[in-house]
Amino acid sequence: MSKALLYDATMCIGCKQCEGACAQQNKLPYDDKVAAESVQSAHKYTVVLTKDDKFMRRLCMHCEHPACASVCPVGAFHKTKEGPVVYDVWKCIGCRYCMVSCAFAQPKYEWQSLNPRVRKCIMCPDRVVAGKQTACAEICPTGATKFGERDDLIKEAQDRIRQSPSTYLPRIYGLNEVGGTSVFILSGVKVEEYGYPASAKIGDTPMPEYTGRVMERIPDFIPVWTLVLGGIYWVSHRREEVAAAEADEKNGGAR
Amino acid sequence: MKFKLTFWKVIFLVIMALGVYSTFIRYFYGLGAVSNMTDQFPWGLWIGFDCLCGVMLAAGGFCIVGAVYLFNVERLHSVVRPAVLTAFLGYLLFIVGLLFDLGRPWYIWHQLIYMNPHSVMFEVGMCVMAYTTVLFFEFLPNVFERFNLQAPIKWIKKIYPVLIIGGILLSTLHQSSLGSLYLIMPSKLHPFWYTPALPFLFFGSAIAVGLAMTIFESTQSAKAFGRHLELPVLVELGGALLVALWVNALLRFEDYFHRGLLGQIIKPSYEAYFLWLELALAFVIPITMLSFKKVRLSPGGLYLASVFTVLGFITNRLNIALIGFETYAGHHYLPKWTEFSVTLMIIAMGFALFGLAVKYLPIFPEERHAATQRLRTETGLVVATPVLGHAGD
Repeated sequence: MSKALLYDATMCIGCKQCEGACAQQNKLPYDDKVAAESVQSAHKYTVVLTKDDKFMRRLCMHCEHPACASVCPVGAFHKTKEGPVVYDVWKCIGCRYCMVSCAFAQPKYEWQSLNPRVRKCIMCPDRVVAGKQTACAEICPTGATKFGERDDLIKEAQDRIRQSPSTYLPRIYGLNEVGGTSVFILSGVKVEEYGYPASAKIGDTPMPEYTGRVMERIPDFIPVWTLVLGGIYWVSHRREEVAAAEADEKNGGAR
Repeated sequence: MKFKLTFWKVIFLVIMALGVYSTFIRYFYGLGAVSNMTDQFPWGLWIGFDCLCGVMLAAGGFCIVGAVYLFNVERLHSVVRPAVLTAFLGYLLFIVGLLFDLGRPWYIWHQLIYMNPHSVMFEVGMCVMAYTTVLFFEFLPNVFERFNLQAPIKWIKKIYPVLIIGGILLSTLHQSSLGSLYLIMPSKLHPFWYTPALPFLFFGSAIAVGLAMTIFESTQSAKAFGRHLELPVLVELGGALLVALWVNALLRFEDYFHRGLLGQIIKPSYEAYFLWLELALAFVIPITMLSFKKVRLSPGGLYLASVFTVLGFITNRLNIALIGFETYAGHHYLPKWTEFSVTLMIIAMGFALFGLAVKYLPIFPEERHAATQRLRTETGLVVATPVLGHAGD
């Protein structure tokens, strides 16, 4: 079964323990200076943003149909059956197509490195396979970040909205966006205010379909176009041969 | 041979020296140090110019080969070799550019073993690899002829139909797929440039620029090597260019019309200024120029129209790759000087290699016997003749 994360912004107290746990899990540096950074980067996979007295977490959405996995020429990204979208650094050639294609701008790059890697939240795949929660969900003191079965979390999110409609905006961000994700956001304010792309802008179409529509035609296009080109070649050179033969005939007749 | 320092040679050496410095920075301090690329702007000038424009500028190869060998337009035969040479060099330099831009270029061969058939980039990569091989074989007869090796020329002639059809097939695929690369970014690329028609527009612009580049390089090398300029060939290419520009312009108009953007593109905005520049350079100026018979029949006019076309479509692709993402990224991207310097070095290498090839290989074979006639352009427009003529000194 596919796992997912549910982040409820109304329950978040902005303690940033998820940031610290994430850094520890992924062997990244974490101190006061990093904690103060309010942007995601190659050394900060997740960030808790503050606006007035409200908080919002950002992390990789682990799309059901990830753009990064579909665009990567060497297949360095893939969606595991457990839910996480993971990265194989050995395969990566560093083209950064994943970065430009991601609707949520999640993959970040080690620009200063001489052998740079793409970095993003990978949803603790080792822990998930071992039946454990992600590091961020485990440490969360209020349960704002919750780990569980994708289907269960969707039901729970719907219940929470139903039970306190005044607290939440009536939408689960991530349920339908780009064909659905494995990270759901519940919030009393618009997630767009914290840099999430607007639902209307990114749409419900799975990202790989945009290029898939063209790519799926190629297997048919190649034989058809080869035949057309071959046909043109044959016709235009046949005409030449016929002309040459006719000229020969004429000369023969005159002789 | 005495080494004489000329103006263009000094320019060339300066460009190369700065390029070598930037190369050093690139490989010893990383992409972050050499470029202004960021997490918000992961693709910069090297993708925009070296890759997108580089492949477009090399499109003359398949255009001319297609015209001459596929459609049997014999009249254009004399420009096949320079066009194939330009294409071959263009693709080699594209690969050089890629080695700068890729974060882990030493793993570029992974492309051959870890294939992802869903990826447009994978398709482009495979096509470019295969087409560069095709161009290599199309180029080889020059070398064999130089050393008077008749047997291998015969072998290549035997597989020529395969090379021609295969080359055009591969070109159709990857020229259009360069546009398909951007189809997956509907929420990021500005609507002026994001359109489902991108693959068609990229293929169309490749043909227009392929023709324009052939006019450009023929005129340029005529000037540089004191060759006789074959005006009828240029006039023919100019006519084809005019048609290609009209087709491109209509495609663009249709696209904006169907997406209901005609009202927006005439309203002043940051993106609109760049769009206007692109449309003026690529369509308005060259189409107006070429509509006059006097221009279409003059080498200077044809040269100038082709220069505008090339600049216009370069602007178009830079708009797609750079300007079109600025609103999304929320900040401007201006390449660092070291990025410019690497790109300039690659362009300079292109000119120099072209010059060397023309000097030592029978690229313009008929010229070997004909008395050299200097091209005289009445307008004197053919001025920029960089290192071409001196490359072999």
